[in-house]
Amino acid sequence: MIRVELPYHLRHLAGVEGEVQVEVGGPVTLGAVLDAIEACYPALRGTIRDHTTLKRRPFVRFFACKEDLSLEPPETKLPEAVANGEEPLLIVGAMAGG
Amino acid sequence: MSKARVLVGTKKGAFILTSDGKRKEWKVAGPHFAGWEIYHIKGSPAEPKRLYASQTSGWFGQIIQRSDDGGKTWNTPGSSPEELKSPEGFPKGEGNKFVYAGEVGTHKWYDGTQHPWEFKRVWHLEPSLSDPDTVYAGVEDAAIFKTTNGGKTWEEFPGLRQAKGHLWQPGAGGMAVHTILLDPKNVNRIYVAISAAGAFRSDDGGKTWKPINRGLKSKYELADPDAEVGHCVHRIALHPSRPEVVYMQKHWDVLRTDNAGEQWTEVSGNLPTDFGFPIEVHAHEPETVFVVPIKSDSEHYPPEGKLRVYRSRSGGNDWEPLTRGLPQKDCYVNVLRDAMAVDSLDPCGVYFGTTGGQVYASANGGNLWHPIVRDLPAVYSVEVQTLR
Repeated sequence: MIRVELPYHLRHLAGVEGEVQVEVGGPVTLGAVLDAIEACYPALRGTIRDHTTLKRRPFVRFFACKEDLSLEPPETKLPEAVANGEEPLLIVGAMAGG
Repeated sequence: MSKARVLVGTKKGAFILTSDGKRKEWKVAGPHFAGWEIYHIKGSPAEPKRLYASQTSGWFGQIIQRSDDGGKTWNTPGSSPEELKSPEGFPKGEGNKFVYAGEVGTHKWYDGTQHPWEFKRVWHLEPSLSDPDTVYAGVEDAAIFKTTNGGKTWEEFPGLRQAKGHLWQPGAGGMAVHTILLDPKNVNRIYVAISAAGAFRSDDGGKTWKPINRGLKSKYELADPDAEVGHCVHRIALHPSRPEVVYMQKHWDVLRTDNAGEQWTEVSGNLPTDFGFPIEVHAHEPETVFVVPIKSDSEHYPPEGKLRVYRSRSGGNDWEPLTRGLPQKDCYVNVLRDAMAVDSLDPCGVYFGTTGGQVYASANGGNLWHPIVRDLPAVYSVEVQTLR
């Protein structure tokens, strides 16, 4: 199971509290995890990445194991600690305000 | 017993205000979708419990919400657990998928160069007059979409952007289809208004469109003041009994047409300023029109700090200020284009919301106003349902 932390507004939209867990069949890549999240929670389609191009929305960030993976391509394998469920993938809204 | 239900979209959520037919005591419910921008909420005339809301965010994009119980509960169409289990073949999770049809093309950018169309958000949702599952969506960058399955999927009418779309240009607030009027006497006739492109009409249900801007003059906004497209139309409104008569609040100027937009005539008359955003028509008097004059395009607040609705009982030109119950000093709010509405009770109720978070109501056609609620986030839109 892959653990994923969603930002507050997307947890509300998906109707979940706390972390979510998704299963990924093949290699645990960024794209595969996002596919799994959207399959489990269709209301999130289009909110993390564009419906058609699948590009990350500009104000969304992906963090894992203290690394910023936001600019990595979707085929990037996530760290082993995420793949084995020790650490979550963090999907966060980019910081705004001051 | 008749009731009024006011649907308020704000910068930080949606609110639903309800009252009986006297419209003196109000209940405030919300915020729904707390923290999100709610550009518009509107109920279906065919099934008043069916509401649609446009929920947007700079972070997470566009969401369409639907309620089937008058706003108590909401769902994103095509994503509910029941729908996911159903054998229906529609795509899942596409209630927020707005993709321009065919070649995307370009429009004029702020600096005059061409710029590709990019979907940003839904400004306005206009449910069909007869079918609760059919809704038109006016979007930024300017285009019109339609759903016929309750918001599960949307398709563009690309014919609108073919009406000289390459000459349309965003105003300060963006470039959006912000007004959609459905002709109650002719199912094939639709009017839309776009900032800053002008007014357009379709007579074939949305397939083809023509600009209807003859008579508009934009001396300070356009090199050619009489251009066919490019005018910054802020709002249009009609009375259902006489849909060929349409009123317009333009960037500057208040106008009317008596022939479905073939020719417009200025009716600003004695208004203290003819700049403003909303315009509305009385529910029972087709020649009674309401506007909220704003000082100028550079100073978006009421002249002299006095919040005044102006009413004409003669279809324009002769306007009277309505001030009773409205702040007459130190008031520097704005009233946005989609933030005024009328109910169809008798006497007609008039409502508007401000960027200061007040929603004002008049239960007697504008003679006396009172705030239903004072401290909401900035109000983007106000709609009202008359429930019988």
